[in-house]
Amino acid sequence: MAGEKKKRLMQGNEACAEGALYAGCRFYAGYPITPSTEVAEVLSARLPTVGGKFIQMEDEIASISATIGGSLAGLKSMTATSGPGFSLKQEGIGFACMAEVPCVIVNVMRGGPSTGYPTGPSQSDVMQAKWGTHGDHPVIAVTPAYVQEIFSETVRAFNLAEKYRTPVMVLYDEIVGHMREAITIPEAGELEVVDRAKPECPPEEYLPYDQRYEIPPLAPFGEGYRFHVTGLNHKDDGFPTNDPGMIEEGNKRLLRKIENNKEDIWCNEDYYLDDAEVLVFSFGSTARSARFAVRKAREKGIKAGLLRALTLWPFPDKALKDAASRARAVIVPEMNLGQIVEEVQRHVAGPAVEGIHRVDGEPITPAQIIEVIERYA
Amino acid sequence: MGDRYELRFSGSGGQGMILAGIVMAEAAAIYDDKIAVQSQSYGPESRGGASKAEVIISDQPIDYPKATEIDCMLALTQEACTKYHSDIKEGGILLVDSDEVKDVPEGRFRVFSYPIIETAREELGKTIVANIISLGMIAELTGIVSRSAMEKAVMARVPKAFQELNRKALEIGFEKARELKAASS
Repeated sequence: MAGEKKKRLMQGNEACAEGALYAGCRFYAGYPITPSTEVAEVLSARLPTVGGKFIQMEDEIASISATIGGSLAGLKSMTATSGPGFSLKQEGIGFACMAEVPCVIVNVMRGGPSTGYPTGPSQSDVMQAKWGTHGDHPVIAVTPAYVQEIFSETVRAFNLAEKYRTPVMVLYDEIVGHMREAITIPEAGELEVVDRAKPECPPEEYLPYDQRYEIPPLAPFGEGYRFHVTGLNHKDDGFPTNDPGMIEEGNKRLLRKIENNKEDIWCNEDYYLDDAEVLVFSFGSTARSARFAVRKAREKGIKAGLLRALTLWPFPDKALKDAASRARAVIVPEMNLGQIVEEVQRHVAGPAVEGIHRVDGEPITPAQIIEVIERYA
Repeated sequence: MGDRYELRFSGSGGQGMILAGIVMAEAAAIYDDKIAVQSQSYGPESRGGASKAEVIISDQPIDYPKATEIDCMLALTQEACTKYHSDIKEGGILLVDSDEVKDVPEGRFRVFSYPIIETAREELGKTIVANIISLGMIAELTGIVSRSAMEKAVMARVPKAFQELNRKALEIGFEKARELKAASS
């Protein structure tokens, strides 16, 4: 049977691990936590076979710190966790933003707050992904919804991290993480794999935070380049500064490097958007319920459409505004008590905006969404 | 087949319901070249508690991954049967273990009742293969996956030392379901 060899039934978390390997991840440091543990489990077996390193750390903050260290030493690095661990990692995430260290943080969302509901799905960490760490900082978060997409979005997360010298989050929920679907692992070269820019100058001339660049090249430790890395506001050479101009410029550049490249970072799925009068904005597994609902609404003659965010941060305001300009209502289903719906309200003027929320550990069903679509039909 | 064929495997934690779901999805998606999604729901316990796995099979890409109207459900415990049967659709199939499920729910679906766990114990000396017998029965009762796809999927998931045991379990499942079908028609 043709294709039998390549097609495999795979769990979402396993696809994440395979995507990381495809992207060139060679260092993983993590602390096991449901429902993300399979990512670590697979990488603990697979990384050593490709010359990589897997370390089970003593806790969550050690995990993100080791991930940052691995990346500074030149290896593409990743950690995976869930809500409670994501909270504990925030200090390190802020450091990675400030020190501009590329790395990937996977958060398989479960019910919260606190230890909450470990085996149940949620989408309640989306605002934590954006504002969990303090200070103004850029955030890139991708939100896959299918097993094949977890693979490709994990690859994309690494690419964005390398390209923009920043931590990138892969956010998905327990449903997608534990779900199994058939996937095909692409051949080497089929998907783009980006490696960080390295300095071309000699070590004595190297400035790790050279303000002449939007994204300064990053030298790996161990190749002769000595430089200072700190969470403090810093000068071009990485050492701390109290200079107001440098502090302001450094902070602004952090945001600018993402803001100026949003078109490159954004990725959405459009489903029946061209003439949609009732728009559903969704992401992750909930978007699969929404897609089903939109399909059923179309069968009933209702002009419904779905805008599904694969990049949730930076927020896809342009695509949303465009689709909303033709709609009389925007429906925002999400497995939390109202996080992204407020972001949608911030960007949409005119159409009614209504959230559908659920936090009982069960998915938002297509029927729940169809009911609201029909109200605006 | 409509655009979705929905199966639910339910029992208590440790009875291999999630594995049954995986094998069914693999039979459909890998060996029968259809599209399948398997999802699961379980509690923090590794043994006991109601556990379920769901499989959606289709010829087209599947969006919503969970069951909406169930075509076929398996229940190996009373608790799981009572908790999960309400989504079975009109004309659907409910397969229960006749020793475990005494209070069979009423509905506009066909019920097949068989001592699955006892058969595993008596004929194979191992209750652990009750899930594989169930898979054979479901493949036969529903025809949703081919027999050869099911055989390949079971063999691919089972360690070598237990292949013969599982092959027999699957065979028993096919055979018992044929008898049940003959008796009910």
